[in-house]
Amino acid sequence: MTWLPEWVVLEGLAILGATCGAVGSLALLRRQNLLADTLAHAALPGICLAYLITGEKDLPLLLLGAAVSGTLGVWLILAIVQTSRLKQDAALGIVLSTFFALGLLLLTYLQNFPAGNQAGLNTFIYGQVAYLRGDHVRWMLGVGVIVLFLIALLYKEFKLVCFDPEYAQTLGLRRRLLEFLLAMLLVLTVLISLRSVGVVLTVGLLTAPAAAARQWTNRLSAMIVLAAGIGVVCSWIGALWSQNVPLTPAGPAIVLTASVFMLGSLLLAPRRGVLAEWLRQLAHRRKVRLENLLSDFYRLGEIRHVWDRPWSVADLAAVRGLTPDAVRRTLNDLEDAGLAVESDGGWQLTQQGLDEAARIVRMHRLWELYLSRRLDLAADHTHRDAEAMEHVLTPELVAELEAALEHPETDPQGKPIPRGRPLAENHERN
Amino acid sequence: MTQAASVRGDNEEPTSDQRKAACSGPFPPIEVHDLTVAYQTRPVLWDVDLVVPEARLIAVVGPNGAGKTTLLKSIVGLIPASAGWVKIYGKPYREQRHLVAYVPQRASVDWDFPTSVLDVVLMGTYGRLGWFRRPGRAERSLARRCLERLGIADLARRQISELSGGQQQRVFLARALAQDACIYLMDEPFAGVDATTERAIIQLLRQLRDQGRTVLAVHHDLQTIPEYFDWVVLLNLRLIAAGPVAEVFTPANLQRTYGGQLKILTQAADVLLRREEGRP
Repeated sequence: MTWLPEWVVLEGLAILGATCGAVGSLALLRRQNLLADTLAHAALPGICLAYLITGEKDLPLLLLGAAVSGTLGVWLILAIVQTSRLKQDAALGIVLSTFFALGLLLLTYLQNFPAGNQAGLNTFIYGQVAYLRGDHVRWMLGVGVIVLFLIALLYKEFKLVCFDPEYAQTLGLRRRLLEFLLAMLLVLTVLISLRSVGVVLTVGLLTAPAAAARQWTNRLSAMIVLAAGIGVVCSWIGALWSQNVPLTPAGPAIVLTASVFMLGSLLLAPRRGVLAEWLRQLAHRRKVRLENLLSDFYRLGEIRHVWDRPWSVADLAAVRGLTPDAVRRTLNDLEDAGLAVESDGGWQLTQQGLDEAARIVRMHRLWELYLSRRLDLAADHTHRDAEAMEHVLTPELVAELEAALEHPETDPQGKPIPRGRPLAENHERN
Repeated sequence: MTQAASVRGDNEEPTSDQRKAACSGPFPPIEVHDLTVAYQTRPVLWDVDLVVPEARLIAVVGPNGAGKTTLLKSIVGLIPASAGWVKIYGKPYREQRHLVAYVPQRASVDWDFPTSVLDVVLMGTYGRLGWFRRPGRAERSLARRCLERLGIADLARRQISELSGGQQQRVFLARALAQDACIYLMDEPFAGVDATTERAIIQLLRQLRDQGRTVLAVHHDLQTIPEYFDWVVLLNLRLIAAGPVAEVFTPANLQRTYGGQLKILTQAADVLLRREEGRP
């Protein structure tokens, strides 16, 4: 039978997931995820010392210790960067591992005390949701609500400081104060997640929901709300998992769930997703294939001075050395698009196809001319570049090119730059 | 001047005469006195004295690392001065910031930030709005008008990561316009923009000047300076010369700006730096 977590646990996890998602979004945009990780790891010795000194295992007291040593760790990073030649990533690595090592040492030492063993300090490493009590949750709720309220209240200010801190400063926004507040929000968020997710993995719940949310929206407000929602869902799923499968600590369960959300978003998001990008590339390759064949039709017509006769697949394949099968596939696509028709055992462009072919050749030759005139490239060096550009030039760019080249008639090799559909008189001459 | 706090929010553009009155006064727009700026003990500006006149289009010119950006940033208080001071219409910057709009280098922000073009332009109104207040209908319509003046009203809802370099620059300028300032400080507004954008920008800068505003822009293309600007500030760690283009933009001055005569100054700076760091 499935064991459902108590309502109070779900409540605590909800506020935790929402806070982590929201604060994580701001941290992600400020690239402070590793800082948050260091902060969380650096909290461990503080927790142990707080217990060692007071002998109490009161959550607020332990978290006070965590806050002190976490903040000390962050301050140490800044001090190392400012006074030594070490860069920030090195400073982060050193502080993170040193503080965590110290924490582990203290923890082992404490476990040799009979009382220390029962204090449950171990839970702070990998997290635990099972014994979340009402008073724990009240703390999480209080802190989380303050954090979320501050983000809502100072949304405009935080947004500007995340996007363009120097500009914010010139406007008279208190940049240092806002950055300090953002850092404090991060500290508070890390603190309330330590008991449930643990020092090692808190960074995961801060980062993954935010990164997932970023994939689905281009608005900061929507990103924050979505990340908070994902955070809640992940915490709940992770808690269920952890409660029902023996030997599953809550931290890994929650963070792995969040990672699944993130991975899915990275792959599937409609505009920023890997899959969407892959489909776009596929579509572009198809476009290039079609446009290349159209321009091949044009070049054949130009060489032979005939525009309205059909060409055999072999003729078309010979232009750029394609296989007949590949050409046939592309021809079928052109036919579907209404740009080419099959006739007399060969293939011929429709009027629309001829227009399109002329447009592509025109862009190709304009670009060649531009390269050879402006960059002084030899005429035989411009073709490959123009092959790529002919598929991507926008009408505005073409207009600008023409103006810059003073409406040229011929390309560097002296071939005419087509203006619209090739004229019937061309083939009447033959 | 000084009480020229922007009359905005309504739908009226101030007429250019009103604006001229608002942006002129007994004190010069920018006065820089004996300014020295150092990054971690390495001086990047030495003893700069500069008085910028009203209603001019001014180019700030100099080789890479000459301190052009630093000069702009220290005018708006982003970089503290090691010595000397800057005054805006006779008062310190922090009392006059509503009169100054700063346009940073385009590359200084992350253009993949989740926000729209209109939202970025609205940021220009944040200083006026103050704490907690959100931009409302008045600010939105102002932001749209600023986008229109830059010819990109159709991009208002666009996500900023989809903009070209020229469009990004226009968005930054629209944001500065939304500040409705008397002094515009622009860091390389022409860098990496297309020809159409360059024409649009210079036209806008001329409009601003004709309304009595002062524009100071870091500029790299020496060829276009006589055509675009009225005044030029030649800078290379110290001030080489400043004045009307016709008088100051001379081959001799350019030689002094870009030539090798500053080696001693650079070397001195290096020696200073090494000593501070305890190296031989």
